Amino acid sequence: MSQPTLNQYQPVQFSKIYSLGAARGDLTVTNDDVAGAIDSSDEWIRQRTGIITRKRASADRSLMDMAVEASNQAIAAAGIDPAEIGAVLFSTITHPFQTPSAAALLAFKIGAMPAPAFDISAACAGYCYGIAQADALVRSGMAKYVLVVGGEKLSDFIDPTDRSISFLLGDGAGAAIVGPSDKPGISPTVWGSDGSHWEAVGMTHSLLEFRDGTASWPTLRQEGQTVFRWAVWEMAKVAQQALDAAGVQASDLAALVTHQANIRIIDELAKQLKIPESVVIARDIVYTGNTSAASVPLAMHALLESGEIKSGGLALQIGFGAGLAFGAQVVVLP
Amino acid sequence: MALSQSEVLAGLADIVNDETGIATASVQLDKSFTDDLDIDSISMMTIVVNAEDKFGVKIPDEEVKNLITVGDAVNFITNAQ
Repeated sequence: MSQPTLNQYQPVQFSKIYSLGAARGDLTVTNDDVAGAIDSSDEWIRQRTGIITRKRASADRSLMDMAVEASNQAIAAAGIDPAEIGAVLFSTITHPFQTPSAAALLAFKIGAMPAPAFDISAACAGYCYGIAQADALVRSGMAKYVLVVGGEKLSDFIDPTDRSISFLLGDGAGAAIVGPSDKPGISPTVWGSDGSHWEAVGMTHSLLEFRDGTASWPTLRQEGQTVFRWAVWEMAKVAQQALDAAGVQASDLAALVTHQANIRIIDELAKQLKIPESVVIARDIVYTGNTSAASVPLAMHALLESGEIKSGGLALQIGFGAGLAFGAQVVVLP
Repeated sequence: MALSQSEVLAGLADIVNDETGIATASVQLDKSFTDDLDIDSISMMTIVVNAEDKFGVKIPDEEVKNLITVGDAVNFITNAQ
């Protein structure tokens, strides 16, 4: 008797982002609120980082609350039934449990259960990693719609006296629904990692050191100059590769949406890419702060809501951060 | 061909001027980048990358913190050529 041939999923040719949703922390934290602990000033913080305020979530507003809010917005805007979601991807570094995943709980809460659900740990590249994965899942035929969430409650993991990164950070969640399309809506992702710089940005200690009493609660820190050099000059190469892979020029873009790490990084990266004046550059960091995996979807959502950019235009989105990890793709704006 | 110290200083002064607007005449060997020229760590990194490009040298991240004065940077670049 001959062995049967395995069935395969029926692929679809193209995918696109149908919609976005956004939720931020409920507290508006000014530079004056954070400057004292780091022996600094509003002026210094604005000049060095571009930040005027950052959004943080109070004790009553959890990471899951923000993720659910953003997800429900994206689902409603896409006009789909959450039961049609074929996979739930939650990019985060601030889910405070080793297990179970944030994604499994999120899937349950939004009505997508029993969809496969998993967390992505890729820090500030997490959302672009999620979009890459969603694109592949949709086009392979494995999932009709995929929910991608980039969400963080970074304020749970900061030392307010840390001068390297704490004052930049904010809380929020951005969500996207990715699904099938009759035209290309997501370009080939250019992504990767550089573990040789594992120490450049991350935590002060491991959980094991905290458990054993040899260290206090682990908080976020970075080697700012190393991160700046990599984020600008190495990510400029990645961004250009993403444009080339998409077959577009910088002048074809309606928007450049980078991870909102620091306004100096955003401005220098745009300069290295020779982004023309016609392209809107996302600067959501000014009022939201740096929200790691949430920053790209929150920034894109803000530009669309304001009307500065329109649905149907092209945007280059690029996330980069701890790992080091990075991911970029050109997308059609939802 | 390796540049002389004064040529490196002149080239570095141009880079500092491009990045910060500080007059090239102010970029002297004994000046501290942070205390005298008020150049922050991010601008310093941009200066370093541009200097690597201009002078064809490598200035590793861990070396940057040792470049306290303009003279330190000029010496490093001159020796690295």
